[in-house]
Amino acid sequence: MKKIHLEQIEGKSTGYLGLIALLGMFVLGAIGSMLYMEHEGHWVSGMDNQIVWGLPHVFAVFLIVAASGALNVASISSVFQKKIYKPLAPLSTLVALALLTGGLMVLVLDLGRPDRLIVAMTYYNFKSIFAWNMILYNGFFVIVGIYAWFMLDRTMKKYSRYAGIAAFVWRLALTTGTGSIFGFIVARSGYDMAMMAPMFVIMSFSFGLAFFILVLLASYNGTGRPLGDAVVNRLRSLLGTFVFATLYFVIVYHLSNLYATEHHGYETFILLGESGGETYSNIFWIGQIFLGSLLPIAMIYAPGVKNCRKTLAAACLLVVLGGLASMYTIIIAGQAYPMEMFPGMEVVSTTFFDGATTQYSASFPELLLGLGGVAMTLIMIALGIKVLGFLPATLEDSIADPHHKAE
Amino acid sequence: MSNSEVNISRRSFVEKSATAAAALSIAPGVFLHTVAEAKPAEQAVTSAVRWGMLIDTTKCASGCTACVSACNTENGIASHNRPRTDQQWIRKVTLRDKQTKHEISLPMMCQHCESPPCVDVCPTGASFKRKDGIVLVDRHICIGCRYCMMACPYKARSFAHETVDNTVDYVPRGKGTVESCTLCVHRVDEGGTPACVEACAEAEHGAMIFGDIKNPESEISRQLVEHGGKQIRADLGLNTGVRYRGI
Ligand code: SF4
Ligand code: SF4
Repeated sequence: MKKIHLEQIEGKSTGYLGLIALLGMFVLGAIGSMLYMEHEGHWVSGMDNQIVWGLPHVFAVFLIVAASGALNVASISSVFQKKIYKPLAPLSTLVALALLTGGLMVLVLDLGRPDRLIVAMTYYNFKSIFAWNMILYNGFFVIVGIYAWFMLDRTMKKYSRYAGIAAFVWRLALTTGTGSIFGFIVARSGYDMAMMAPMFVIMSFSFGLAFFILVLLASYNGTGRPLGDAVVNRLRSLLGTFVFATLYFVIVYHLSNLYATEHHGYETFILLGESGGETYSNIFWIGQIFLGSLLPIAMIYAPGVKNCRKTLAAACLLVVLGGLASMYTIIIAGQAYPMEMFPGMEVVSTTFFDGATTQYSASFPELLLGLGGVAMTLIMIALGIKVLGFLPATLEDSIADPHHKAE
Repeated sequence: MSNSEVNISRRSFVEKSATAAAALSIAPGVFLHTVAEAKPAEQAVTSAVRWGMLIDTTKCASGCTACVSACNTENGIASHNRPRTDQQWIRKVTLRDKQTKHEISLPMMCQHCESPPCVDVCPTGASFKRKDGIVLVDRHICIGCRYCMMACPYKARSFAHETVDNTVDYVPRGKGTVESCTLCVHRVDEGGTPACVEACAEAEHGAMIFGDIKNPESEISRQLVEHGGKQIRADLGLNTGVRYRGI
């Protein structure tokens, strides 16, 4: 294999500056939304006392989960010693850090008191999985940061494998922790499953990789650097495997829920749209299953489109949208389904919506806040590849693929 | 950690007994002296008592909302005419048995769980349980993450979705934080009864009894021994301080 040369991008073109400006506007939009919701109070959002976590959490949790998955490429190269992924490992760390930043930004800006961030950082309740997550997130920045540094710094390179292994272990813990946030909520029918954590891990693989491939295609396209099919097709089939595995896990999750009587109500709600769950059921079937899983699988494995970048990009985009739909069904539908407080009784009257399904509709500021998180992620990536050499100058087949033979 | 939580609770709610309790832990000699100036020792926050409530649904009148109004007045809770986002510390629920069609009416509020999920999940420790079993939110360190609301099985908590006006000084509240029934801790610490219980008695229903469930001599303990008292969602094993009869 020839030597891989990592090189900063120039970042002076109108396209690049325009992109940064556009993304910057979205970030400003998010900050504006935050100020608006904080000033008026959260009642101006679609959230209420029934749906306490709304669209911002959908985006935030998606980005955080994807962050761990985006590190896959680096992990495969360092932990499993796959040479073809090696040149992409630094970019993979950058995308991972950027996704986590975007996700945390949304999470923090959606707090009732974002001004008390310092309180969140200094008061820890060690019984709380949420507090552990804050430690996991901070640790992720440090460990993945060190990993990236070791890879980019010639003198430290020899240690990069160890840093890679540490990062690999840490990211698994991070996604497990994120999944456990929902797993620990015992009272809600949609959640109390030990399977929540492993499901998040497998979901992170596919969401993170899809996002990574999109970044890769866009940055090589934008800079006009050569990107060979060998790398791209490797990533394509890896993504196919992950999307498939996620779908399989989701099926197992719902099937096993059907075995447990206490979950029947929730399952008919989400699968059949009973008890006012039509919208949520549609988002599940159309968003998560069809658009987010089946269609991308078809687009990845269809025989005619093997080397088609556009099809791959579209498939990745669908996986990302499907990922958001998955988070929507887990987070929003899980809350919308009424909590079973009085078994065998029906609620005749209440002032607090007991026993009733909540119909949530997100407000514009919430959407803006979520999109701002995505924009924040993209800005970090765009600036990262300009400032440091995260991006290989070329990934031509003859350079990238150790087993390349001219066809 | 638990020490500082307790201290926070005392500071916010019972300034004087805090001094007493602190004195107890630092210098027992000073303790008696301080108490003489402040309040009787048995009123300090101690695990020797556990405050609880017993609600008799057979006495609770459907349509009566005396407890709710009393709570709102006592704690300065005002509606903004937005039921989805208005705070509710206590609510009236009417239920019908699916088989027998028998209807019951009951008040729902924070159940003051012995193993409260809200406290377990709270990242900052803002949700805490006092030694005497009262579960509270320290609104000075609540960051408004709403994880406790996700975790509470009784939908007992409300988020302050808008500016909180007409607060009363013994109940600190504020926009962007979470709140729930305090069991009228400010009254209890003065030896009083929660406002809802008082109102229910004044309305001549007497469906609510408040007291120390650790003291076998108390009215609530005697009633519990005699008639029992069920927990809502007993399957979760939270050992709630609020118990019901007739459910
Ligand atoms: S009822 Fe809800 S808010 Fe009250 S102690 Fe139990 S879990 Fe916490
Ligand atoms: S909203 Fe406040 S009290 Fe509830 S879990 Fe978050 S920090 Fe704790």
